[in-house]
Order: sequence, then structure tokens, then C-alpha cells
Amino acid sequence: MKLLVTFSRKGGREPVIARTVKETGVLINVERAHIDSVAGEVLVDVPDSDSDLVCSKMREFGATVRILVDSVRRDEDECVDCGACISICPKDVFSFDDEWRLTLTEERCVLCGKCVPACPHHALSLMQ
Amino acid sequence: MNDKKYFMQKSIDLINTRIRDGNARVVTAEEMPAIVDELGEEGALHEVDVVTTGTFGAMCSSGAFFNFGHSDPPIRMERVWLNDVEAYAGVAAVDAYLGATQLSETKGDRYGGAHVLEDLVAGKTIELRAFSKGTDCYPRTTLKTEITLDDLNQAVMCNPRNAFQRYGAATNASSDRVMNTYMGSLLPNCGNVSFSGAGVLSPLANDPQLRVIGSGVPIFLCGAPGMVIGEGTQSSPASGFANLMVTGNMPGMTTDFLRAATFTGYGVSLYVGLGIPIPVVDLDVVRSTAVRDEDITTSIIDYGVPSRDRPVLRDVSYAELRSGSVEIGGEEVKTSSMSSFRKAREVAAALAGWVREGKMELFLPTRHLDTATRVHPLRETEHVPRVREIMQRSIPCIGEDEEIRTAARTLLKGETNHLPVLDADGRVVGIVTTYDISKAVVSPGSGKRVADIMTRRVIRTTPEEAVDIAARKLELNNISALPVVDDNGHIIGLLSAIDLGKLFGGRWSR
Ligand code: SF4
Ligand code: SF4
Repeated sequence: MKLLVTFSRKGGREPVIARTVKETGVLINVERAHIDSVAGEVLVDVPDSDSDLVCSKMREFGATVRILVDSVRRDEDECVDCGACISICPKDVFSFDDEWRLTLTEERCVLCGKCVPACPHHALSLMQ
Repeated sequence: MNDKKYFMQKSIDLINTRIRDGNARVVTAEEMPAIVDELGEEGALHEVDVVTTGTFGAMCSSGAFFNFGHSDPPIRMERVWLNDVEAYAGVAAVDAYLGATQLSETKGDRYGGAHVLEDLVAGKTIELRAFSKGTDCYPRTTLKTEITLDDLNQAVMCNPRNAFQRYGAATNASSDRVMNTYMGSLLPNCGNVSFSGAGVLSPLANDPQLRVIGSGVPIFLCGAPGMVIGEGTQSSPASGFANLMVTGNMPGMTTDFLRAATFTGYGVSLYVGLGIPIPVVDLDVVRSTAVRDEDITTSIIDYGVPSRDRPVLRDVSYAELRSGSVEIGGEEVKTSSMSSFRKAREVAAALAGWVREGKMELFLPTRHLDTATRVHPLRETEHVPRVREIMQRSIPCIGEDEEIRTAARTLLKGETNHLPVLDADGRVVGIVTTYDISKAVVSPGSGKRVADIMTRRVIRTTPEEAVDIAARKLELNNISALPVVDDNGHIIGLLSAIDLGKLFGGRWSR
């Protein structure tokens, strides 16, 4: 399961991820991170069974945690099933089914945003 | 003998009689290869009357003629805008041609001619603006009104270049940034391959000799019945890149088969659904419609090279392209398509429905297309300036092991801001600027040698590169000079923004 963790660094430099790993013993996979001097946004992947534990621990450390479900969305009226998005996505979110219809495996999405401008039909958007 | 001859061909009249009677056997081009395998060529000729083809992809060279009707008082529209997208009005007096790629004057590349066409077909209201200087017979000078497709006397789609037999596939091997092209986003270092075309379903791939596709042949165009006008512009059947000029009336078209699109960083285009029913009149038609994706090949071209004759990396079949990945130089590279195979199937299936239900009869070409036509490049009479003509030849350089202080002195003496850094063999390995040196002075911890502070990722040019291309490199990388190197990477000059300024201020000024 993918979690979007955001935290402010104003009140000291609490190593949120490291402490969560240490205290829960859950192995957290960092997929994407953007951290500057005042705030951080980290996208992590955790086993589904441990997600409750990880979420509550991180919140305890002052982080905001959001579970990503429909991270990338496709507008079916606009999509023409061309497949231009398929080779752009670094996480293989897009593929064709047997009928050459585009299918999405949203769980894999890390919200990198590359697919959005690559779709000629403006059919893709990211969770806000 | 007579018996056999009967099986060798079938008249178009017989096919049309069967269509009228509702007994024509119609299959799609995707189904045909298996039928020929099963029944043999003669069996397939006997069994199949019509093979339908289809394609759905970006076809930039599309547009429509409109006749708006006369206003009171009348105006001779000299310039015309539809939702702020200008249409060509030099076809007097209330006619205009709207091209799909023309951009809106207010919304930039988010809206263009293709969007106007889609909005009209969707039944939306469009703002029409026109301007004229006024004449005795057409006194009015301005006009602004709202129209829908139903209000127009004619709205005739007329596409100069559609349905290429096949398209070159694109990758980006030579540029280290994402390229935004009409073939979509091309990731650096051969990060992906983008292709277009319906392969096995492509109309012209099923008749590469242009025997049954030609002027006057009925087609499916964006959901409405249409017709082949003739050879498309830039058509090149002799090199396997034929295309068609086609027409059809916009009333009757649907947004299922006509869609506007935007290619980020490139512009607007129109996705067109186009299908051609092929009458199975003889064994040659059986053979040409038995073509498979495996048999249709194209080239993977390096779009990273900014010239007309881009290098071909390898040949590839549509079967490989459609498989999801291809190999380039030992690496698996993901492929994706700009055109929709699912929609191409829908076109071929819808067209097959029309023929089965007797809604469309077939005709042989009233005029055949010339299979010997081959496209040739533009004749350029103005000289295209090259880097070697404006670069500075005697320029100060520095060795990578020299001290920063020496570099500073060289810069001052040479009255320049850029110092190419050379290795012992005279090859460019970096560049230092006055900015780099100032930075080193402020934070002295960074090292003493030029190699410690130089920029190692040097954007270069070559003496034969067109000045336009070099100028674009400066702009895209936000830099102000490019070392000019020969084939071996040896320095031979420097091209700076100042040299460009001289050129643009001189020969190119009007
Ligand atoms: S690029 Fe856009 S239109 Fe094409 S398949 Fe992907 S989402 Fe659909
Ligand atoms: S946002 Fe990135 S990871 Fe998510 S689907 Fe788009 S390209 Fe793939």
C-alpha cells in the first residue's frame, strides 16, 4: 500500500521515517522523496497488513499521512486507448488488455506526474 | 480452364449485387490472413467479397471548408475566426478553410482548429468573427455571430494528407532531454519508442500497389461516408509511404471517430478515424489483404538528431512494435502507440456493418494513383548559415590541471567569459566561466585546479551544424556559449550568443 507522508521540519529535524522503521520494525520502501529546509513529502510503500501501524506511528511523530488509492485517474470519455502513456510511465501503471483497451494498475503509481502532459487527450490527472 | 478463370476474378457489379441483396460476405483486414490460410487464395476469393480496413490516429493535415451564408448587409469575409482560431478566407466571399493545427489566438496551444472541428461535430455553438475593408457590393466591415454545424450551408472536411501506409517509429538516442514531438514525448537515451499506424488494419498497407484504392473510392471518414479525392500531399508510394487526400461531409460525423488532441510542446492535432472497404475482385487483392503485422515493416528513427535526414537505428515490424517492447543495441525498450488500435478495429467493424446492411456500395477508382511518385525535399535557394561561418576561431583555452588563478588571468586577458578546458590531447573536457571563478574565490574550499571547478557536462556544437540548431541549444540550456568541436572532440572554436546577435542583426534582418 502506498502512503503519502508530509511533514514540517520547522519544529526540529525529527527523522520520521527512520524512527518509524525502528520502532515498528516494518520495512518501509521509499519510492519518491522531496525534502527541503522547511517541509518534506515522501511517498512510501508498506505491506498492506502493516499500514495501520505505520500510519499511526508516523502521525504520532507529527506527520500527515494519506493512503493513496486512486492516485492517477483516467477520464474514460476522453481516453481513446492509444497507449501513448504506456512507455512514459516508469512504474508500468498502464497496459493493454486483450481487447487493446487501456488498463491501469493504480497501486503502482508514485505520482511522478510524467504521464499527465504525455497524454494527447488530456485524459489523465493526479490525485490532488 | 473456363472454370478456373471464373475463380480468378470477381466483378465489382457482382459484389455490389450481393451488397444490395444483403448477402455480401464482409470481413475485416484483421480476419483476412487466417481466412486465406484456411481456404487458400482461390477459396478466399470465392468466399470473401469485401475486406474492411480502419485506422484511428493523429492526422495533422486535416481541416474543413465552410460556407457560412450571407449576412444582411453582406460582407466579403477577408479574415475569419472561429472561437478565435483563424481560418483561411482567401476563397471568398463567405467561405473559409479551417486547418486542424491552427492555434487559438487567445488560448494558445490548448485550443485549435481541431477543437473547433470537434466542437462543431459535438453540436456546440461556435463564435464566428469576420473582418472586411468593405466594398460597394459587400459594404459590411465587421461581423460577429454564433453558429452551429446545422447553421452552415456546407461543412466539408477535406484532408490533404491522411492515412499514411505506415509511419516511421521514433526514439531519442542522441539528445539528453525529453523531446516533445508530434510523435509524443520521447525520453532521453532511447527511453522509449513511439509509433503510429494500424498495421494489419491500415487501409493502404492492404493495397500497397494502389490497385483498388484511388480517386472516387468510397470511405468511412470520422463516422460519415466520404470519398478518396486522390493522392495526398507528400505521398510517396514508391518508398512505401503513400497517403490519401480525402473528403466527407461533417454532418454525420461523430466524436467517437473525430477527436482533438494536444501534443505538449508541439501543438494541436486531429485524431481521425478512417476506413476503406476493399472489394475482393481478384487474387492480387486476396494476397494484398492477407498482409499481417509481421509483414509490415518500418524504421526506428533517432529524433534526437535535429536534421531532416535522421539516422535509422533499425528496421522493425508492426508485430514487434505492438508487442510492447523492442530491442535497440542490446537493450529492451518499451514501445507505445500514438494511434489507437482499438478504435481502428471499431472503424473497420462499423464499416463492415455499413456494407453488410447495404448502406455503402463499392466502386473501383475513377483514376488510379501513380505508384511511382516519390517525395523529395524542399529546394532551398537561400543559404542556411552554418556554425563555422560565424564562430570565433582564435579563442583562449586552458588545461584541466592549471591553477584557477591562471584561468582567471586568461579570461581577463582574452576579454571573454568562457574558457573551454582541454585535456593533454586538446579534447574538450569541461568549461569554466567567470561565474565559476568568482564562486571559487568566494568559497575557496572547492579546490585549486581548474578541473575542480569546471562544468563537465559541456553542450557542444560542430562546424557544420546549422546556426538555428546551435541557437536552440543555447536557449534550451540557458547558456551563452558553445565550444565548437571536430569529429574527434578537439576544440576548433567558440560560438557565443554575441556572434549570433551579429548574424541576426545582419544578414537575417529585414
Ligand atoms: S495516452 Fe491518454 S488517451 Fe492515450 S491511452 Fe493513455 S490515457 Fe488514454
Ligand atoms: S504519475 Fe508517474 S507513476 Fe503515476 S501513472 Fe503517471 S507516470 Fe506512472
